[in-house]
Amino acid sequence: MIKINKLYLFLIVIALVAPSLVYPVFLMKLLCFALFACAFNLLLGFVGLLSFGHAVFLGTGGYITGYLMLHTGLTPELGILAGTLGAGLLGAVYGKLAVKREGIYFAMVTLALAQLAFFFYLQAPFTGGEDGLQGVPRGALFGLIDLNDNFAMYYFVLAIFIFGFWLVQRTVHSPFGQILKAIRENEPRAVSLGYNVNDYKWVAFIISSALAGLAGSTKTLVFQLASLTDVHWHMSGEVVLMTLLGGMGTIFGPLVGAGVVISIQNMLSGGELGNYIHIIMGLIFIVCVLAFRSGIVGEFQKLVKKNFG
Amino acid sequence: MSADYVLETRNLVKEFKGFTAVDDVNLQVERGTIHALIGPNGAGKTTVFNLLTKFLTPSRGTILYNGEDITYMKSAAIARKGIVRSFQISAVFPHLSVLENVRIALQRKEGNSFHFWKSEKVLQKLDARALELLDEVGLKGYANTVTVDLPYGRKRALEIATTLALDPEMLLLDEPTQGMGHEDVSVVADLIKKVSANRTILMVEHNLHVVAQLADKITVLQRGAILTEGDYATVSQDPRVREAYMGVEADDEVANAIAAETAAANAAKKEDVA
Repeated sequence: MIKINKLYLFLIVIALVAPSLVYPVFLMKLLCFALFACAFNLLLGFVGLLSFGHAVFLGTGGYITGYLMLHTGLTPELGILAGTLGAGLLGAVYGKLAVKREGIYFAMVTLALAQLAFFFYLQAPFTGGEDGLQGVPRGALFGLIDLNDNFAMYYFVLAIFIFGFWLVQRTVHSPFGQILKAIRENEPRAVSLGYNVNDYKWVAFIISSALAGLAGSTKTLVFQLASLTDVHWHMSGEVVLMTLLGGMGTIFGPLVGAGVVISIQNMLSGGELGNYIHIIMGLIFIVCVLAFRSGIVGEFQKLVKKNFG
Repeated sequence: MSADYVLETRNLVKEFKGFTAVDDVNLQVERGTIHALIGPNGAGKTTVFNLLTKFLTPSRGTILYNGEDITYMKSAAIARKGIVRSFQISAVFPHLSVLENVRIALQRKEGNSFHFWKSEKVLQKLDARALELLDEVGLKGYANTVTVDLPYGRKRALEIATTLALDPEMLLLDEPTQGMGHEDVSVVADLIKKVSANRTILMVEHNLHVVAQLADKITVLQRGAILTEGDYATVSQDPRVREAYMGVEADDEVANAIAAETAAANAAKKEDVA
């Protein structure tokens, strides 16, 4: 326990000094995706539900925040709150429909619902279609702190990320989380003990989609842009890749996975290999599935357990 | 005298696309007894079980629990009413600790199972009761073991402890000794005997030795219908039961085996008295 606390302290110190060493916008992008992956991991790693349409919540959060910031002059914290609630609401509707199905059917239902939303956003006038919402103002936090300064924005994003990360951890280690684990481990048994498992899955789905929305809202402010990329099914696939690569069902897996994927994309996108980015990511995915299934953090934990446990 | 029956089925039928798995079954389980459901493979025992616990919905007929119609209730609701089932394969939560397994059952009545904002430390107050239950089934020393590492017989014991945590009025056990070694069988049989106090138990069981030792009443199923009912002596003497179990050519060897089971059971009962 003390060891974990020290690790957290260490990570927070690194996070605090990082923007002086690394380009802050890159760090913010990383944190947004890490939060997205953490939200996704709550469902996949701790309830055993593979949602293949999670991008829709990322994108919905982004569009709502983007639209409100552009047209109403809300302060950024309220804009983000609205995006989060909106994504959570959509999650409540989609989740209610999806949790009735299991396994591959659950994945298919979530994918279908997400595609439905994708084409809606493509046609709807308020999303800007192919152009997306551009030039979203970052505004001033609580009307006081100007977020156009990348450092101020970075610390705001860091605070949001820590909140989201904490909420996922709290959920996992709560009385509710115990039931989620029980469902993941043996669903019929959980039913026979008197738990309405679909209700528990549903609540987990809502929390996960709201946090994905939080990640999307924050990302929109960072890049001052909400676009179709975020609702595209590629994005749903990417978060699966991040979570599996990092290690699903682990605390730091999604963080590490997001870090690796975003870093590789950043490195490749500028250079000659930019055109091969999808092929390279695909290869990484194949290697991950074939060689180290429990992901980077999962394999690392196994190694530690084997040698020092 | 329907008040004496905890669980009753009336003309229960389950059809699967033209195949009748359960055919007009009228089952009456008397309060405070151990009732065994036996029959050859494919007789519909597990289907009856799944109907009673609502993992399947009956095609026709009614199921009454304490006189109340529960035919169309959901599984989880039935469990909350006091009917808790076990499964053919050991039903535990393998990657949680033994203590956590029991605690998950205790947690339901706490009403905090949706509280995702609280720390799981609030569950620690259930630990004492969970340890008590583990002690009852001889697993106290394993409280912090990850369940997957337990030997098979102990998993069964854990499953029973978890079930008892709900303090059910009625237990439905689906082949509690299936796949066990001889020693584990007698441990689990003793355990069932022990937990049957103040409870009603309906069990599906293949091991006739266990049935002879435990059951107050036996219902024999064949091809989805009730063949006969009664105590072990009556049922085991019934030529139709012998035929159902052994085929037409029930030879002496099998008859002797049954006689041996009866003798052993009687001996066991005498031991109990002593």
